[in-house]
Amino acid sequence: MLKDITLGQYFPGDSVVHRLDPRTKLIWVILYIVALFQATGPVSYGVMVLATAGIVGLSHVPPKALVKGLKPVIIIIALTAVLNLFYTDGTPLVQVWKLTVTYEGVARSCFVVIRIVMLICGTFLLTYTTAPVALTDGLELLLGPLKKLKVPVHEMSMMMSMALRFIPTLIEETDKIMSAQKARGADFESGNLIQRAKALLPILVPLFVSAFRRADELAIAMESRCYHGGEGRTRMKQLQFAGLDYGALAAGVLLAAGMIALRVFGL
Amino acid sequence: MIEVQHLTYQYPGADGPAVDDLSLTIGNGQFVAILGHNGSGKSTLAKHFNGILRPTSGKVLVNGLDTSDPANALDIRRAVGMVFQNPDNQLVANIVEDDVAFAPENLGVPSGEIRRRVDEALRLVGMYDYRMHAPHLLSGGQKQRVAIAGVIAMQPGCIVLDEPTAMLDPLGRREVIDTVTRLCREQGITVVHITHHMDECIGADRLIVMSEGHIVADGAPAEVFSRVEQLKAEGLAVPATTELLYQLRQAGMDVPLDALSVENCAKTIADALRG
Repeated sequence: MLKDITLGQYFPGDSVVHRLDPRTKLIWVILYIVALFQATGPVSYGVMVLATAGIVGLSHVPPKALVKGLKPVIIIIALTAVLNLFYTDGTPLVQVWKLTVTYEGVARSCFVVIRIVMLICGTFLLTYTTAPVALTDGLELLLGPLKKLKVPVHEMSMMMSMALRFIPTLIEETDKIMSAQKARGADFESGNLIQRAKALLPILVPLFVSAFRRADELAIAMESRCYHGGEGRTRMKQLQFAGLDYGALAAGVLLAAGMIALRVFGL
Repeated sequence: MIEVQHLTYQYPGADGPAVDDLSLTIGNGQFVAILGHNGSGKSTLAKHFNGILRPTSGKVLVNGLDTSDPANALDIRRAVGMVFQNPDNQLVANIVEDDVAFAPENLGVPSGEIRRRVDEALRLVGMYDYRMHAPHLLSGGQKQRVAIAGVIAMQPGCIVLDEPTAMLDPLGRREVIDTVTRLCREQGITVVHITHHMDECIGADRLIVMSEGHIVADGAPAEVFSRVEQLKAEGLAVPATTELLYQLRQAGMDVPLDALSVENCAKTIADALRG
């Protein structure tokens, strides 16, 4: 049951999107979000949908995977849609009891749904097409200038990659502890919410104790391998911008600029 | 390579020292096994070899550098690599080759050279074909070999292995022992292997037995194991071959005790039977 956690899941591949430098993709996501929030009318939303569909096509990521990623947020999407439907002033369309549905409300809730779905698809495409290590490396390099402001950029990215490294290990351990507790008669499946939450305690305590022990051993092992912070560190795999990256960045800027223009014209 | 002079170490809050006035010299290219019970001080001693612990009193010198001086820490750690018991807790990356690259990256080696070292280290431990795998999907023995590759990539003169086989199955243990033996014999790397398995010490050049923070025996494995009474007094078992010869001797048969391998042991008994 714990095996299908999709956090930071990566679909290996060799598509154009996969081959882009992680920094390009990170900047692209920012440009994409900027563009998305400029959309106001049917034309601009149409452009965004086409652009997103185009990228999904280029990335060879199965659309099914994106749909699966949307599942956890379906309630939020539905809730915002309903709220927008009823709470937008304008020309009345239907009146049910005290609630009025307006033309504007219908349009707006459609747009909001599209906006949220696009937002999630865009960010998921990033993690689906970028290896976690490449992502943290890219983030560290992009945020590099902040080091001058004493922001611990290297430490943050190191922590992120350690967390990603230990997710499978800790999931495996949780499974083991659960089996051990079940063998001693623990019951995780029955009872109300509070009882179930209480039943989790005998899992969390050993998990935390062991996580701290792991952290301690890991720190010694890292030190033994000459880790002394980000200073003077080199990389085996150096990130390099290629022609493809400049092209992609230009396209991203163009998209954002185009969307701003559309907004000015109110489309 | 490593020189220990009158080392004493007491853990904060402990009643007595874990290592007590111990002196030892480990030469270049040797395969040294350190054997002892839990709590004999062998792991504490090992943690002094690369400066993870600093002596309460006494001195540890690595290539002439004092481990108690923090300024030497990096040079010492580069010279003496450490492999630990739990393979999961010493691998830092999601991909095997990225993990092996960790140490040279820390040392600021240029990227082309890191690539070369990583490939070479993975070939030496026989894990080159797995370079793109995720470590958590490998077996225990394979993980431990990746950990060894991660240390070799620093190009150390010495590798210290602190009970590397304690969490492995017999097959994994064999893989690890064969790998370090080969590194010692073919690459000339000094190996210090800490263990409580007798049979892992048989192939060593030198066997040191520890008990309660002291060295109680030090010599060639065949010679040390032939001191059956002394080892038993320390609560340590001897390898099955030595035990057999010892029993035969007790029963009145005139056999030497220094045949460790099964073949040698059989030959010794056959010779004795022929008279």
